[in-house]
Amino acid sequence: MDDAPRTAPADDRGRLSALLRLWPYTRPYRGLVVLTFTAALLATLAQLAVPLITAAVVDGPIADGDRGALVPLLGLALLFGVAEAALFFVRRWAMNRSCLRIERDLRDALYQRLQRLPVAFHDRWASGQLLSRATSDMSTVRRFVGFAAVFLAVNLITCVVVLVLLLVTYWPLGVAVLLTTVPLTVLGLRWERRYNVQSRQVQDQQGELATDVEEAVQGIRVVKSLGRSGLVFDRYDAKARQLRRLELGKVRTLALLWCVFELHPQVTLAVILVGGAFAVSSGALTVGGLVAFVALFTVLLWPILSLGFLFAFAQETASACDRIGELLDEPVTVTDRPGVTPAAIGSPARLRFEGVGFTHPGSGTAVLDGVELTVEPGETVALVGATGSGKTTLTALVGRLHDVTSGRVTLDGVDVRDLPLAQLRSVVATAFEDATLFSMSVRENLALGRPDATDDDVAEALRVAQAEFVHDLPWGLDTRIGEQGLSLSGGQRQRLALARAVLGRPSVLVLDDPLSALDVHTEALVERALRDVLADTTALVVAHRPSTVLLADRVALLAGGRIAAVGTHSELLASVPEYRDLLAQESELLETTP
Amino acid sequence: MSAPDQAPQDRSWRGVATEESADLPAGAGIFLRARSRRLLGELLRPHRRSLWWLLATIVVQNAAWLAGPLLIGVGIDVAVPALVDGNPWPLVWITTAMLAAAALDTGLRFVFLTRSGRVGQAVLLTLRRRVFRHVQALPLSFHERYTSGKTISRLTSDVEALAELLDEGLDNLVTALFSVLTIGIVLVVLDPPLGLVALLGFPPLYLVARWFQRNSTAAYRRTRETIAALIVQFTETFGGIRAVQAFRREPRNDQLHAALNEDNRQAHDRAFWLIAVFVPAVTLIGNLVTVAVLGIGALRVLDGALAVGTLVSFLLYLRRFFDPLQDVAMFYNSYQSATAALEKLSGVLEERPTVPEPADPVPLPAAAGELVFDGVRFGYTASTVLPDLSLTVPAGQTVALVGATGAGKSTLARLAARFYDPLAGEVRLDGVPLDRLADEDLRRAVVMVTQESFLFSGSIADNIAFGRPGASRAQVEGAARAIGAHGFIAALPEGYDTDVAKRGGRLSAGQRQLVSFARAFLADPAVLILDEATSSLDVPSERLVQHALRTLLADRTALIIAHRLSTVEIADRVLVMEGGRIVEDGSPAELVAGTGRFAGLHRAWADSLV
Repeated sequence: MDDAPRTAPADDRGRLSALLRLWPYTRPYRGLVVLTFTAALLATLAQLAVPLITAAVVDGPIADGDRGALVPLLGLALLFGVAEAALFFVRRWAMNRSCLRIERDLRDALYQRLQRLPVAFHDRWASGQLLSRATSDMSTVRRFVGFAAVFLAVNLITCVVVLVLLLVTYWPLGVAVLLTTVPLTVLGLRWERRYNVQSRQVQDQQGELATDVEEAVQGIRVVKSLGRSGLVFDRYDAKARQLRRLELGKVRTLALLWCVFELHPQVTLAVILVGGAFAVSSGALTVGGLVAFVALFTVLLWPILSLGFLFAFAQETASACDRIGELLDEPVTVTDRPGVTPAAIGSPARLRFEGVGFTHPGSGTAVLDGVELTVEPGETVALVGATGSGKTTLTALVGRLHDVTSGRVTLDGVDVRDLPLAQLRSVVATAFEDATLFSMSVRENLALGRPDATDDDVAEALRVAQAEFVHDLPWGLDTRIGEQGLSLSGGQRQRLALARAVLGRPSVLVLDDPLSALDVHTEALVERALRDVLADTTALVVAHRPSTVLLADRVALLAGGRIAAVGTHSELLASVPEYRDLLAQESELLETTP
Repeated sequence: MSAPDQAPQDRSWRGVATEESADLPAGAGIFLRARSRRLLGELLRPHRRSLWWLLATIVVQNAAWLAGPLLIGVGIDVAVPALVDGNPWPLVWITTAMLAAAALDTGLRFVFLTRSGRVGQAVLLTLRRRVFRHVQALPLSFHERYTSGKTISRLTSDVEALAELLDEGLDNLVTALFSVLTIGIVLVVLDPPLGLVALLGFPPLYLVARWFQRNSTAAYRRTRETIAALIVQFTETFGGIRAVQAFRREPRNDQLHAALNEDNRQAHDRAFWLIAVFVPAVTLIGNLVTVAVLGIGALRVLDGALAVGTLVSFLLYLRRFFDPLQDVAMFYNSYQSATAALEKLSGVLEERPTVPEPADPVPLPAAAGELVFDGVRFGYTASTVLPDLSLTVPAGQTVALVGATGAGKSTLARLAARFYDPLAGEVRLDGVPLDRLADEDLRRAVVMVTQESFLFSGSIADNIAFGRPGASRAQVEGAARAIGAHGFIAALPEGYDTDVAKRGGRLSAGQRQLVSFARAFLADPAVLILDEATSSLDVPSERLVQHALRTLLADRTALIIAHRLSTVEIADRVLVMEGGRIVEDGSPAELVAGTGRFAGLHRAWADSLV
């Protein structure tokens, strides 16, 4: 079931313990967190000062008619009033400093992790789900850390302190109040659990919606050219409605929860009144005692009420943490083996596939099975095979975008898995079939992995790829090319991707059908320039047409998951029918041309 | 990490683009506010009645809630002495009243929460639908300029900012305003002079609020921009993860992301700093007023002008008067954040589709497929791509477009599919200008297949059926068979039901092209436009596709852009383009036999086959 990472875990483990995941991220800011908490607690206490001073004013200066005694008391009230405001400020200031930084750190950690997760992971996960974790879930965490967590703690402390005071004031009534918290806890817990499941569903559905948005926006050309806006909209609409349904379910649970926490103190107050009245009438409690008891309890009204939604919020954060944690826990399977050290790799290097097999995770059938192929230093080998025969997969194994599932790939005799990834990927450069460009300057796009590339390197790479058209762009190399190079033609994008690969003359060059989108004229020019580069570079070139094959010294035919034949183009053409079938274009025009 | 330590603040990596508008001109801010407020108004208007009901509910609910403390006071003053005297009835009545008030309060709270949740969700659904539909309707030129990451952030994080407002805001605001209003009246009635003192707090409150409003507008606007920048970085990184990993882009990306993330933190920090000042300022003003009331009140009591009890209750109420003002401040905070998001959203909503649907379309239920370009001029921004193009493609003809990159072939194709409208001249289908056709008719008649074969998540069958929703499995398979995709699909573990996963990750580029071909054929258009649609196919697949094309294009108009001249062979007519003009026009055999550019190209290509 590794194909469905979207649904909420059915069991209800996780719960609030998921919040503990946040703990390490608070480490650098513990001082600030403590300050936030202390300020909140002190502010709560300062709030109590004003009623006390009022009582003192009434009992003191007013009762005695002493105007002079009024001044120090007013000064005290002023002091506490200012202190409360100052504490508020300190709390918010400290909170901003810590929670925004915690959010930032967590998001950085998530991004860094995701970048290092293998391509297989990204093939499996819809990126909308990743996005909703990096944005909505993150801000849930931030709001929890900055607000809910602090008040959860402060209000719980307030509740405990006041309950103790109530027990001290008149213990039978105190016990009665304590008992009323039992149904509150039972009902609360039950609905919290339901709320937890529901908020997870809502978050997942938001991810689904984000995926739909992404596809609709990124696939806009297909949608438009087929006129399927209606269909795409209906799909989105159905999911948006489903989200609304889930949200309303959540609202309902929250409302129930809220009501329990709202009803509880009021009913308890009635219980206190009845119990207190009987205690007074039996002489066990004075009227003053009852008033004090009630006054104390009313302090609890807000904390209890707020606990309802604070707990709900904690649940929501817990499931957000779960969702983020799923990604952080995802194993980085393609990574440096422990203790790897850079090895001496020649330039050009010898590339060998030794009994290489590959099976996609979760799939039963092997794409590659026992591939044996050697590319000698400086040699160019073309890889030919039918659509879907695994050519692209084979090329992905060199730079470890996927890891072999059996056998090994070596560079100068060193298993690529025994090289540090950073070294391996600087030795191996790849031009992909779909030329991915990012929305940044041309220069940055070209020097993607080589920020130290000089202007000469860039100029050279542009020349090889016949991509000098970039000089005609409005700001030359500094022009931001649209996201995925949308404003460039397919051929232009492909040439930039090629330039990127050949930049800095890597030891091993992997080109996946590098010229497919070029017109005949440009193709000829690129081929000519590319020959120079290929002359002293080890290269594996996926080819679909004879012209590309001719760049190579030898050709390997990939069929049935293994290398079926190796030889020169003309040898294979002459001796291997399957190869002839793949590459010999039948041309009626050629036949009819004189 | 051996990443070069470049200053992440350096933003030159992004490059220069035409659309850079970080700083708004002076008047634009006000305009944006008005625009976003108008949008909020439009969204809430249909729920006016519900909102009034909600208001009524919360007013009664608050009254019930306020009754509790009042009743217990009466209980202590009246019922307890009565019980001591042996009369339990007052206690019974008071307790009953308390429980009733509690039940009323709770019940109404439940109604309010569920109802306001319903209104909020309805508003969000409307907004989501509206923005999504609008974005879909916007022309490609918009999408190319705006980038998908930004559009995605509009539809996700900006909508969520409004959700936050609707979740918390309404409740806070209504409750707070109600309390402030009622308690304000109570204060003035209780003791007019002291009430006046209390009201003296308002001018400074107003000034503080104004200060907050002025500064926070810009601050929140900035947060929407920084979060959008983060989303763009995020979606691009993981959309191009292969390139990122293969080129060891991770450390540099870490830096860039960290810088954007830090930007976002600072933007939020600025906004939150404003609240950190605003809320305590409100508290401070409240506390100062309280001290003033206490002092003046005490003096008045001493002078015998005021009863002690009145002063005590006045002070109690005063506290309840200023506390909700903090809620108002918090509401204002989420309001500012939501308005900033709405500004961005309304910006997208005000983008006019430059390729609009005609108000009064000419019906074209079954197109024959005659395509005419009449004096068409077109260019993207500054440059003119097609200066003046006239071309007639009779129904059923297959035309191949040949020429170097930038010759205008793709532009011609895009105009035929009405991805753009020409700047001058007309493109007509069966004599009807394309901009007079309803989108449905146009898309039924004209379908374009590009070389980027985007697959949607779902099964292969779903993706093919995208060409004709509701197509039966047999039809889907038929289309796949026709273009030779059946073989590889049937060999997949789950055949047609195989999930293509994200962006067709597991299908090769060639296989994806075959799927998108099948999709186009299932759509069965009168005019088929193929823009380098076979570039990733291997020779046998291409051969299969071409065989299929021969029969499929027999009674269809087709525009084929191909770099491989093999494709040209199935054309009835070849157009060689250069600099936006047609420089050669004739049947393939004629042109090959001639001495023009095509003959030269063809010779070069024929040589390459050996």
